[in-house]
Parts: sequence; structure tokens; C-alpha cells
Amino acid sequence: MATMNSIRDTFYEECEELLEALAEGLSSMDAGAQDSETLNAVFRAVHSIKGGAGAFALNALVAFAHRFETVLDGIRSDRIELTPEVMHTLLRSADHLADQVEAAREERVIDPETTDGFLANLNAVLGEDAPASPGPGDDDPCFGFAAVTLDFGDLGDDAAPIDLPDLTGLPDLAAPSPATDAAAATTGYLIRFRPLPALYANGHDPALLFSALADLGTLEVRLDTSALPDWAAFDPADAYLSWTIRLATAEPETLLHEAFEFVEGLCVLDIGPEAAEPAEPHLPAAAAGEAVPASAGPLPAEVPVAAPPTPAAEALAEPVPSPAPAAAPRAKREARPADEDGGNGGPKPTLRVDLDRVDRLINAVGELIINQAMIEQSVLDLSLNSDAEIITHVEDYRLLARDLQEAVMAIRAQPVKPLFQRMSRIVREAAEATGKAARLVTSGEGTEVDKTVIERLADPLTHMIRNAVDHGLEPQAARIAAGKDPEGTIRLLAAHRSGSVIITVRDDGAGLNRAKIRDKAVAKGLITAEADLTDSEVDNLLFLPGFSTADKVSNLSGRGVGLDVVKNAVAALGGRVSIASVPGEGTEFTISLPLTLAVMDGMVISVAGQTMVIPVASVIETIRPGPGDLHVLGTQEKVLSIRGRFLPMIDVAQCLGLPARATGEAPLLLLVETENQSQCALVVDAVLDQRQVVIKGLESNYGAIPGVSAATVLGDGQIALILDAEALTSNRGLGDMPLSRPVPHPAGASHASL
Amino acid sequence: MQASETNRSDVEFVTFFAGGQSFSLDITHVREIRRWTAVTPLPHAPKEVLGVMNLRGSVIPIYDLSARFGLGPTPENPRNVVVVAMIENQTVGLLVEAVSEILSVQRAQIQDTPDIRSDTTRQSITGVIPIDEGMTRVIDLAAVIQAKGRQAA
Repeated sequence: MATMNSIRDTFYEECEELLEALAEGLSSMDAGAQDSETLNAVFRAVHSIKGGAGAFALNALVAFAHRFETVLDGIRSDRIELTPEVMHTLLRSADHLADQVEAAREERVIDPETTDGFLANLNAVLGEDAPASPGPGDDDPCFGFAAVTLDFGDLGDDAAPIDLPDLTGLPDLAAPSPATDAAAATTGYLIRFRPLPALYANGHDPALLFSALADLGTLEVRLDTSALPDWAAFDPADAYLSWTIRLATAEPETLLHEAFEFVEGLCVLDIGPEAAEPAEPHLPAAAAGEAVPASAGPLPAEVPVAAPPTPAAEALAEPVPSPAPAAAPRAKREARPADEDGGNGGPKPTLRVDLDRVDRLINAVGELIINQAMIEQSVLDLSLNSDAEIITHVEDYRLLARDLQEAVMAIRAQPVKPLFQRMSRIVREAAEATGKAARLVTSGEGTEVDKTVIERLADPLTHMIRNAVDHGLEPQAARIAAGKDPEGTIRLLAAHRSGSVIITVRDDGAGLNRAKIRDKAVAKGLITAEADLTDSEVDNLLFLPGFSTADKVSNLSGRGVGLDVVKNAVAALGGRVSIASVPGEGTEFTISLPLTLAVMDGMVISVAGQTMVIPVASVIETIRPGPGDLHVLGTQEKVLSIRGRFLPMIDVAQCLGLPARATGEAPLLLLVETENQSQCALVVDAVLDQRQVVIKGLESNYGAIPGVSAATVLGDGQIALILDAEALTSNRGLGDMPLSRPVPHPAGASHASL
Repeated sequence: MQASETNRSDVEFVTFFAGGQSFSLDITHVREIRRWTAVTPLPHAPKEVLGVMNLRGSVIPIYDLSARFGLGPTPENPRNVVVVAMIENQTVGLLVEAVSEILSVQRAQIQDTPDIRSDTTRQSITGVIPIDEGMTRVIDLAAVIQAKGRQAA
């Protein structure tokens, strides 16, 4: 049943948000916030998850959430003191709740013993024996079936969980109808409304009228299609539909007339008090036992299609409605309860949109930007006076296009907060597994990054956080001996810095043991025993494939995969990782990422007469060497001497099989970092510009090209290739490097080495 | 009556000239025909891949059909056109000297490729159709663009 599935999806989407709210609330409680608002938010989150889960008969989840809620309630009413132990239990319970939701989503079953363990912990907090089976309907005074009613009160601004039970049509949940209470103190009106053709001709829409009425009270709309003629006699310009509206409202009748003010004379209208018969109870659609397609939407704010704007549209949209009134599309709308939370700054209204649609928009805007650049170029080529009107227009166009692009990119951008929140769980688990005490301090959670980047960052970040706890922090005894806080601190920071996003993971542990790293690298044959490495070069050995410093393989972080995995994952996103460490004070990993995957900061360069682009991120510096800086090594290999070091030089033109550059001309060198963390100089002809470029994949229409990661379209409409600095540097017959190394996918899609 | 009968068995081809010979491509593959514009050459590309062109924001590779069939590179001429063709999700351009006509033939009129010695040609041609001026070669688009142009991606 498609409808049911979409309701399920909505439920899980909401659970995600609720779990985030839960984690957020708990972490601020953990940080010392004791105010009732935070506690209420946490309580509401658990409660709403329980309410939704009840509708899907997820009994174990409901039972657990219920127990959790009881503990929270105890804290709220000061019956339970919020000790660090209790806090720990709450945090772990929230983790388990998240697991349960995930399991339910994937239709897995969690081992009941695990759940029992968590339940026992909660019961221990409650200080009572575990009841045999805590059910959803037990003693809690504020929870009797009335998950629905309570939701209305607590969650005026979070309507969907309210609606879920209604739509599922579980009879027990559907029974109490909150709307009936509202109707009790109101007057019922019966409105007969038959639009004349002129109403449609003037562009009025009955649906809008109904929605205006709905603001006055509880509304029930019935469509009468009995006047619809046979197809043969059907005149699309005529009006055949009429409606019977029942309105229960406390407002005076004049307001009803006002709603119809603008259609006066365009319809046949009859408004009168309703006969004594009780208003039809607002049975949920599904419970009423008939499929009402229009009211399938999970959100109450979604007005079921009350009426098509014109009878013609109706005729087009649907086959002739069957004469049976029950089958006729029935419009139904319940007024939302007064929005109690409206004033206290609840969450901003959001819209869930299919990601494909957003991507389509982003693509179109990308092309618009290119088109704008082309127009600008063409206008420039006309060499008009600078006061020509078109120059102003083109300038405006450029600004508008940039605005548009920024706005569109912002749609994909999401704060890193949920990602960071997940990490606090990782720290808890890692600390538990290693017997260390650790806490996570985050900052900059509001920093926004492309959604895909966030998704693909989860794994590397998890890895780094685990590493920080497992390898970074010293055991408690060592920390005490060193005069440090026995509890280690992992700091996770995010910030925007000049067009990129910087994410830092810092621990206050012992710092890297460079001697040990060196020994290990020598033992593994990664470096020779004589190699003279700087501190930072030693640190970077950690990123080499197959390097792991853990003495014994723990099941936590030393699983044979090392930081090279992190490095590759970050590189696939167009970013880089660096490491810094101070002995005795800790280690810091810094990930620097592009803001978006669709646009990149590029350096426009010229190579053998061709215009190309190299990511700014991969260029460390540009150098114009003097004649004395270039040396020949071997027969013709050239090296650059810079600040006392000799770096290999790579001729980009030669790498790409283009005609070699004319000798004698002073080359320009771009210093880039190679795969094994040393540096290397790329020889190019000139740097022309630095600009944002829209990344266009080559693979879908052509295939991978060694040394080229993607292409972009320049202002003149010409295509420029985007160079892959890493591939270029590793490609040039170093002997051990295969020539056709797989080129990272242009948009950073899943990399083979991941 | 006559029209509906022929429609049932008809296949339509776009015919064009490359290297002085007539080739044709199933019209369902053809998306548009464009004026030739400068391309950006690709490194490590086979000689028949002239480079990539910007088609309203998409990057499409351009194949020199004449060179592909071993008839030498197409000489530069402002009248050269690019046949933009699509196969599966891949969009490519074929550089040809001129597009001549849309040919509507019955399936039975398409003959198997004569057993010639050149493998390159035989593998990229699915058949021949007799026309007034001799014959036109029906090209196998997938074979033309995949035989050499693509690296294992």
C-alpha cells in the first residue's frame, strides 16, 4: 500500500529529526542545562517517537520509549536527581532508542536482551523493580491512550506525529477525536454553495474559499457531483459542481458571509444554522473504511483537493465521476488546533524536497552561470562604450546569476550539527570500549556544508574520533600521572575559511609518539632506517596505506585500515587532511573541504597553448624559478631547488601527451603535494586567472582520462579540462606506479579505494 | 492506405557524407545537428577523437567519422557539421562533411555487410542500403564510439 509506505517514510524522517532533537537536548543537559525547557524538549522528542511508533505497532520500541519517558518525567518532577550516572544512562538510552528506530526502519529485530539491559538501567534509575512487561497503557497519568490528545497540546507546531495515528486508522488510536471537543462549544452552520460559471471565469477557486472558512472553525466539505451531465452533454465552460459545507465555529455568522464576499453574485449561496443533528464525528479517513485519495497526504496543512479550479480541469483530470456519492472525491479538512507554540520561536518551517529536483535545479543554474559568462564575453567583444545600457544589464545579470547560484547551493547545504551529534555517541562507545573517560566538545555545528559532503564525511570522521579516543587519549592512570584531567576531551570544530570548510578533530592526549611511528614505518618497510624526516613528515607517515600504530589490534579502531582510508575519503571529496601534534598536549587532525561538489575554486592555467584548470586546493604555491634553481638530475629529469630542498619537476604538457613547450621560455611552477606527502612542482606556461568553475563530468559521455578529473566550461563557451594534480604526480613513470591509475571520479563519487 | 502499409516496415536513417562516402545512422539515435565549433582536445585520446565540445553545458566528445573508418582526417571546412547522437545515456558528436537526407527504407532493403577484409569497418557497420548513387553504410554507433575511444571506465 503506497500510502502506508509514504506515511512510514514520513514517520522515520520525523524520527530522525526527533532523535536529533533528543541528542541535542541531552547534550545540553549533559553540559549543565537544567532548565525545564530543555527537559521538555527531550521529553517531547521521546514522547513523539513513542506516539508514532505506537501507530506502527512497534511494541518493543514503544515499551522502551515509555520507560525512558517515565525516567524523564521523574527528572522533570524532581523525583529523580540528575546525577552523572543518570545522565549517562539517559545518553545510552537515547543511543539505544536510535538503534531501535533504525532497526524498525530496516525491519530488523533487535535482540530483546539488549533492550532488556537498557530497560534494566532505566529501571535502576527509577529505583523500582522491572515490571514484567511495561506496556504503553500503564500507570503514567499523562499517557492513557491519549497519545493523540497529548500531542495536540504539546506539539502544536509539530503536527505530523499527531496526524500519523489518524491516518493509519488503528481503531484504538482513532477513537478519541480531538476535534469533537473543539466542536462542542461552537455553533454549526450549513452552507450550500453552488458556483456559477462566472465564478470560475473570474478566476476564483473554491478551494481558497474553503480554506478561508477553515480558519474560522472545523470544516467539513462535501462535493456534490450529481449535476454532472453525461460526457456527450458536457460543456467544459459550464459549472456543474456544488458543495455542502458544515462549519462548526465560535465566530459570528457575518464572518462566514465575509468569506464569500468576493464571489457574491457569482454563486448560489445559502448559509444557515445547522439542524440539531450532531456534527458528523471527524472520523479519520481510513477508519471510515473508504479510500479517500485526496486526504492521503500525511500533513494536515496539505489541503485535500477540495475542487479543481475549473470544471474543465476536473473533466480532464478524472474520468466522469461515478454517480455514487461515496466514490465522489470528497473534500475534508480539519481546522488545525490553535497554534499555541506559534509565538515561542519553534523550528523554522521547512519543506521536504526530492533531492533529484534540487540537483536538477543546481544543474540548470550551473548552465545559467556558464551562459551568463558567455553573454558577458560576447558583449565585451563588441567593445561598446562603457556607458552602454547593455553593459549595465549584463552586470546586473551577472549579479543576479551569482545570487541565484548561491541561493541554490544553499539548498543543498546543511549544518554539520547532526553529524557532530552522532559523534558524541561514537565518543561514548569508544570510551566505554577502551575504559577511558572522554567527552566530546563541539563547536561550529551551524557551519553548513553540502549534503553529500556531510554524508560522505560520516565514516572518516567516525574513524578519526575513534582513533582520537583509542590512540590519542592516554589511559586514565597516565593522565593523572601527567597532572591532566582524568577525563579526556575530544574537540570537534567546524568553520568556514575562505571558500572551504575546515573540520578539526583535536584530542588532549599525549601527542604522537614520533619515535614509535618511525620505528614502525621502518619495520614495515615504508621508509629506510636512514631516512631523515622532519617532524611533520613523520606525522604524515600515519596516512600511508597499511600503517597502524596500535600495539595490538583492538576491535575499535585498529582493524588493519588506517588513516589512509580517511585520507582517501577526504580526497575523493576534493579535500585534504593534515595532522599536527604537540607531545604531551595532544594531536590535531584538520580536514579541509570544498563547500560544494558542483563548483570548485580553480586556477586557470595555460599548458602547451591550451587553457586548463587546476583546483586551487591542490596548489600550495606558485613559483617562477630563477635559472639557478633548476638542476638536471640523471639524463634529463629536472629538479627544482627551493629553500634548501630538491623537488622533482613534472611537465604537465608532456604528461598529457601534448607538444612540449618551447625551451628557453621561463616556466612557471606550481608546487603541489604528491600522494606520499612530499612535494613536487608542476611545469605550466602561465597562470591566467583564478575563478569558480562548474564541474562537468567526462565519464558519462567519454570515459576516464589519466591526469584529468573533469572538465568545465569557460566564459567563452570553450571547454577546459580540470587537471588532477595527484594523478599527474603519481603518473609519471615513478616505476612502482601503474601508468593507468584510476582517476578519481569528477564529482568525487565513490572511489575505488574506498 | 499505401502510407500506413509502408509505415509499418519502414526504418528511417539520417544519411551523411564522411571521407567522401555515404554513411547513415538510425534516426532514433540522432538528437540534433549542429554547426562545427572549436573543440578542446583530450590528452591520450585516439586520433579519431577530436576533443570535447560544449553542448549547452554538457561536455560531449566529438568523433571524426572519416578518421574512424580509416579514411583520413576530415579536412577543415566551415560547412562541416556535427551530428549529435545519443546511445543509452551517452551523448556524442560525429563530425561529418555534410548531412544529405533522411532515408526511409523497408527493413528488407537493408543488406548484410559484405564480407570484407577490414575488421574495423566490418565491426562498425551493421549493414548497407542501396541508394541511387550506390550505397550507404549503416553505422553501429556503439561500436564506433567504444572500439577505441573509451578507456575502461
